[in-house]
Amino acid sequence: MPELFLDGRPLSVANGTTVAAALALGADGCSRTSVTGQRRAPLCGMGICQECRVMIDGRLRLACQTLCRDGMHVDTRP
Amino acid sequence: MTEFAGILIIGAGPAGMAAALAAASSGARIVLLDDNPNPGGQIWRDGPQAHLPAEARQMRERLRACANVHCHAETRVIAIAAEKTLLVENAEQGWLIAYDRLILCTGARELLLPFPGWTLPGVTGAGGLQALIKGGLPVSNERLVIAGSGPLLLASAATARRHGAQVLRIAEQASRAAVAGFAAQLPRWPGKLWQSFGLLDAHYRTGSHVLEALGGDKLEGVRLLQQGKTVELACDRLACGFGLIPNTRLGQALGCALDGQALAVDERQATTRDDHYAAGECTGFGGSELALVEGAIAGHAAVGNTAAAERLWPGRARWQGFARALNKAFALDGRLKSMARSDTLVCRCEDVPYGALAGHGNWREAKLASRCGMGACQGRVCGAALQYLLGWTPPIPRPPFGPARIETLLNLEETPPT
Repeated sequence: MPELFLDGRPLSVANGTTVAAALALGADGCSRTSVTGQRRAPLCGMGICQECRVMIDGRLRLACQTLCRDGMHVDTRP
Repeated sequence: MTEFAGILIIGAGPAGMAAALAAASSGARIVLLDDNPNPGGQIWRDGPQAHLPAEARQMRERLRACANVHCHAETRVIAIAAEKTLLVENAEQGWLIAYDRLILCTGARELLLPFPGWTLPGVTGAGGLQALIKGGLPVSNERLVIAGSGPLLLASAATARRHGAQVLRIAEQASRAAVAGFAAQLPRWPGKLWQSFGLLDAHYRTGSHVLEALGGDKLEGVRLLQQGKTVELACDRLACGFGLIPNTRLGQALGCALDGQALAVDERQATTRDDHYAAGECTGFGGSELALVEGAIAGHAAVGNTAAAERLWPGRARWQGFARALNKAFALDGRLKSMARSDTLVCRCEDVPYGALAGHGNWREAKLASRCGMGACQGRVCGAALQYLLGWTPPIPRPPFGPARIETLLNLEETPPT
């Protein structure tokens, strides 16, 4: 059961859970803010659309293709 | 760092896995690359809420047992560094892979078409929702509407129901006659019969499509045009996808020709470029059975085992028949082009509305004037949508093929081996 930090709040998830799923398990499911200020959430689920990009331990990565790992810091409002 | 591959396979879905297993007996050093955490592609995507069929588990075991097959997960192709050399990147590092032969198994993506409200959180692709659920997305007790076109709508509904969602409506744009005609042919391909179950599902409607996703900060409901009548349903999620389109960008950048929207291949699965093969959905949508047999043919052909490749041709022809029937039945109706309004965002990366695009003559002109397609997805979503909406041909992609780190790009200065 990896425990990660989602926008600073701790969250435990099942092994193999994607960061995209964790966004909905621990918060409102949103991943980023668009260039005109709209909140967005994962769309394609398969690494194409880039809507789910989040800051993970200081690097921009796709939430839908990244598995949750212990101690990971995920930020949706960098 | 430069890694060497006798056979480099891009994409570890059914086609890529079958290609690796077919090529493995040659003893060549095989490198299998995929941007997901596990092999399996979309149909065999693993996760805490995934249910992998026995065939997928067995293929994964067999791959693990091959000492000459090296799998790189969470790794994507960033650029063509030199002749037969690709620059790749994972979460930790970037490096070069030089190859003798390449097999493209880059799969397909959903065609996502813009409609008012499609940017609201709660709206996903149809296959997209299925992928997210497999990865652990909770949908228990949520009200779902699934819309768009193709058998993927039913597969997505089945996955959502298995995880406790209430599927209120499945809106298929194809006509009842087209879907019934397809279902009547299904006995020719036993094992595909489940795909006719939609007609028996009380929530399935043909001749229906989305008009608008409703809500303020997130999705609250959906307005559908259902067999000529406007219907509104309150819901928590809308999963909407209009079939699959081949991922051809890397193949095109490598100089492989297209046949329609897919990579052109001959009967050995060879592309128009020497030593470059392609298999699976990137050569045209046809389902996992077709992808498996095409992958195996490409794997055998790439290591020169022509006899083994030829033995698989009849199996491929059989599944190509299924693909033709499916693509004909679920052809998109022209009225879907009226879903997007002038203020509907088409480019979700740069927030460019449809009204800012429609006056331009082609993709390049619209891109330079509006920034459409210049964001992180590099036109993968809006380029395909505008190809359908306005008939614009998306440009041949240039590297970097996706967002990449500077330290990865620095590898391009290294001189690759000759």
